Amino acid sequence: MKQTLTLTINGKSYSDEVEPRLLLIHYLREVAGLTGPHIGCETSICGACTVMLDGMAVKSCTMFAVQAEGRSVLTIEGLAQNGKLDPLQEAFWNEHALQCGFCTPGMIMTARQLLADNPSPSEQEIRHGLEGNLCRCTGYQHIVNAVKAVAKAGGA
Amino acid sequence: MATTITKPETLFGKRVRRQEDPRLITGTALYLDDLKMPGMHHACVVRSPHAAAKIRGIDTSAARALPGVAAIFTGADVTGLGAVPCAASIPGLRVPHHHLLAQDRVYYVGHPVAVVVGTDRYIARDAAELVEVDYEPTAAVADPEKALAAGAPAVHPEWPDNVAFNFHQEGGDTEEAFRQADVVVRQRITSQRLIPTSIETRGVIAEWRAGERSLTLHSSTQIPHLLRTLVAGILGMPENLLRVITPEVGGGFGSKLNVYAEEALMAYIAMKINKPVKWVESRRENFQATIHGRGHVDYFELAALRDGTILGLKLKLIQDLGAYHQLLTPVIPTLSVLMMPGLYRFKNVNADVVGVFTNCVPTDAYRGAGRPEATHGIERMVDMLAQELKMDPAEIRLKNFVHADEFPYGTATGLTYDSGDYAKPLHKAMAEAGYEQLRREQAAARAEGRLVGIGLSTYGEICALGPSIALPAGGWESATVKVEPSGKVTVLTGASPHGQGEETTFAQIVADELGVPMDDVLVVHGDTAVVQYGIGTFGSRGTAVGGSALYYALQDLKAKMKKFGAMMLGTEQVNFSGGYCVDEATGKSVTFAEMAVAAYHAKKLPANTEPGLVATHFWEPPNFTFPFGAHLVVTEVDRETGAIEIKRYVCVDDIGRIINPLIVDGQVHGGVAQGLGQALWEQAVYDESGQLVSGELTDYALPRASRMPWIESSHTETPSPVNPLGVKGVGEAGTIGCSPAVVNSVVDALSPLGVRHIDMPLTPEKIWKLIEGARA
Repeated sequence: MKQTLTLTINGKSYSDEVEPRLLLIHYLREVAGLTGPHIGCETSICGACTVMLDGMAVKSCTMFAVQAEGRSVLTIEGLAQNGKLDPLQEAFWNEHALQCGFCTPGMIMTARQLLADNPSPSEQEIRHGLEGNLCRCTGYQHIVNAVKAVAKAGGA
Repeated sequence: MATTITKPETLFGKRVRRQEDPRLITGTALYLDDLKMPGMHHACVVRSPHAAAKIRGIDTSAARALPGVAAIFTGADVTGLGAVPCAASIPGLRVPHHHLLAQDRVYYVGHPVAVVVGTDRYIARDAAELVEVDYEPTAAVADPEKALAAGAPAVHPEWPDNVAFNFHQEGGDTEEAFRQADVVVRQRITSQRLIPTSIETRGVIAEWRAGERSLTLHSSTQIPHLLRTLVAGILGMPENLLRVITPEVGGGFGSKLNVYAEEALMAYIAMKINKPVKWVESRRENFQATIHGRGHVDYFELAALRDGTILGLKLKLIQDLGAYHQLLTPVIPTLSVLMMPGLYRFKNVNADVVGVFTNCVPTDAYRGAGRPEATHGIERMVDMLAQELKMDPAEIRLKNFVHADEFPYGTATGLTYDSGDYAKPLHKAMAEAGYEQLRREQAAARAEGRLVGIGLSTYGEICALGPSIALPAGGWESATVKVEPSGKVTVLTGASPHGQGEETTFAQIVADELGVPMDDVLVVHGDTAVVQYGIGTFGSRGTAVGGSALYYALQDLKAKMKKFGAMMLGTEQVNFSGGYCVDEATGKSVTFAEMAVAAYHAKKLPANTEPGLVATHFWEPPNFTFPFGAHLVVTEVDRETGAIEIKRYVCVDDIGRIINPLIVDGQVHGGVAQGLGQALWEQAVYDESGQLVSGELTDYALPRASRMPWIESSHTETPSPVNPLGVKGVGEAGTIGCSPAVVNSVVDALSPLGVRHIDMPLTPEKIWKLIEGARA
């Protein structure tokens, strides 16, 4: 039943025997041991599980792990380099863009996609770009500020 | 010994970024579902698809046959265990026995019926699908008013009237007030059921150590110590053999201020199978089986003189309790009654509460817990009175406010408001919004046929819960401060923050008091084996009560350090400041680290002084605190679609002194978002048969980034005399102030069409029908 899955996560190669029905988020969390991306709904509404797949933000609760065969995944754990925070991480910290932090890994990934698509977004464009990620704590205002700050400083 | 001392900057009041964030922004924080134990099994709960049914039988054979299934538990297995606890003590309260698993009946959709345990979560879910429950559906009732009607289905057959309790409170002479009144306004106002929806659902891991007879329960909770006491009680195990650990918690908003069946069930199952067992709630389960909030139908009558002076208020409050009492279910509407006078001077209140069983999941504390309902009611009624008397809504409020020189102020409901200057935030909000100009713009817009509204709410709330007399399990909080031999500082707080940022605000308090760098302070919480007993985080109490306990522990600690400092300097009189003890006479000083070493090496001790530097304080607050504020909202309604645009959101919140403005802003924004969610979008919908229609995030309209307005937030600062920090609490202010301001604004927009009141949520459909109705 199981099949071999080979992929790259955060620049590192992984190969595991997995059930075809295993969701990518469960693979990341349970098999690869990367618990940064979270599960908030399993219906692709909340976005807590958002990771980058070949440079595109995807909700990893709504795809199978085997669909990531041969592809490259970036999770929140892969953002900081040599102990230096990514500009979005730094901005989320500076602007108090998180409270409980549960949505944050997914929110940062979506913000990364947003800035990749549009390096100088307006406030409305930021809000629209974050629409697929739910935060129950912040009311989003500080998240918008964080994305603005990164855009102003020249991007993620 | 140093002789040059630079006084460090005071951190109280500074926008300091948070200590807890590095782990959260790097994905290295550990929430419940991130934890793994060797040999850990996974549980899946089988839940009722019916709102009311008899259970004729349960066939688990197919599930048991599935490879990887370790055990299945049904109601019969847990009959002898204790019940899910309710801490309320309302006279005559009817308390249904709340078994951990359904016995012969189910009472709501989502009612736990069985637990399947497997070696992984996929197997557990597969097996749960194979459990065959033979239900005989019976009539259900999901609406509290229908449940009160003659002939309604009985939720609990033993109580055919569906009444769980009646509660009456009055102050003054309401009948006389109504006799004197020139005008009485009456309105039925609902506060719909809401689903708290922390983005992290609930979850539990139970780990049994048979050799030690001890159990460790990891739970995503707001109240680790109370959970420990109560789960030990349910299981009949010694409390000191149960350890509760709260990992990183992904939001609570009251929904994790509870003791749930699953917490006791997992503890029981871990003991039974002698393996660690994990249960993590799915979102669907979270909507079906975690407490909901609100659920009010309120009938208000407000009596006033023609000049706008409010004389008295009558209220009949119908609280939808759901099928059972969770920890505080029946208490919540009594908080509403306490808050009924709002910020106003009238002394006559007469309130009747009826708590009603329905075939729904229980309601309980959700952000604001009783106060948003009260505030929504009184603030809507004041606006209706203003409309009736053709007065400006600001003017009628200013006329009726408790005056700034009347504090402490005793209310008709027996509270003593600590401090306030209620006109101040209202004036400030009006100035910042440009109220007069807005009214002129509104008149111009109306002349063009546009529907523009300006809405106010001036709210008060009860925070810093609270004096122990008011809370079933006590209302104090605890703190321990330890200066380690190296001079680093560890704080153990009995509060259980889960996003509120107290690791930072508490470190600010410590840094100011001890003169150490913030980075030298570690704030520890949420482990009953490490932290002294505490009450937890809810009711905007973390900083006001927990921070005050910390403040007093720090004073004890400083007193002891001064003794060591004086001994080391060979003097009697020293000042402790900026991390040094200084002999003012000689200018000589000893450093914090030198005193720490001296206290632990203990080669020489001051008279009557023990070695070590540890202080613990349990602080009992003498009163609640009473924050207040004014929210002003400008809206425009689209005539063709009924869509509401929020054009301005201005709020001025007085939450006492502010320790960290950055964190306070976040609390206000998040609170407003939840208030706006209630006002405009959110609603837990049960159909006639008791089916939860809004059963997933796909059907429940949470606020999204694209729909939130820019919030213009500012403050006035009236210190609270209740605690040494002068703080009041900010967790719920935004939520409480928001919804009436939004509804008042939209009603104002639609008032040219003759609209007087609209119940929440203000969906475009509802608004469009009102506009169409006015056209007809």
